[in-house]
Amino acid sequence: MYLGRVIGNVVASQKMAGLEGQILLLVQPLDEHQKPCGPKEVAVDTVKAGPGNLVYLVGSREAALALQQTFVPVDAAIVGIVDDLEVQV
Amino acid sequence: MRIARVIGTVVGAAHHPTYDGRKVLLLKPEQPDGGSAGNAFVAVDQVQAGMGDRVLVLVEGTGVRQILGADAGPIRSLIVGIIDHIEYDDAQRT
Repeated sequence: MYLGRVIGNVVASQKMAGLEGQILLLVQPLDEHQKPCGPKEVAVDTVKAGPGNLVYLVGSREAALALQQTFVPVDAAIVGIVDDLEVQV
Repeated sequence: MRIARVIGTVVGAAHHPTYDGRKVLLLKPEQPDGGSAGNAFVAVDQVQAGMGDRVLVLVEGTGVRQILGADAGPIRSLIVGIIDHIEYDDAQRT
């Protein structure tokens, strides 16, 4: 699970059934200084996050468990919007 | 399991139901000697870890579901212990 910034959304009309009706957002993974780390990726949204939101995501198999249907082609899901992040590095 | 340092707390009202009432912390993976071992990541706390604690983290989902039960859902990393001390032989360093 990791931090990310929502920077856009992705529309894909032709896709596998499991992705029907899912909101796909473009996310930039962040490190503890909220600096970009790693490639931008597409994640399913489960908390109505919007552009600019600092969020946390879950990856791999557990991402699919964030959805109603759990055997779906999803390996990244936004599971929380961060209101406050206190960091002591 | 991984060695990590608690470096932050993550607070947010809007989250997936499985996170209700759970403490979410920001962790930095660490080498046994304290050196950095990668990018920061997020985990759910099960042992009341605090800022600056060195912790033991389960970073793979199946084990988490065995601990939290099937309703663990989208939780992949879980803090399962607070490390008091690590003793190891430098010669074994690969």
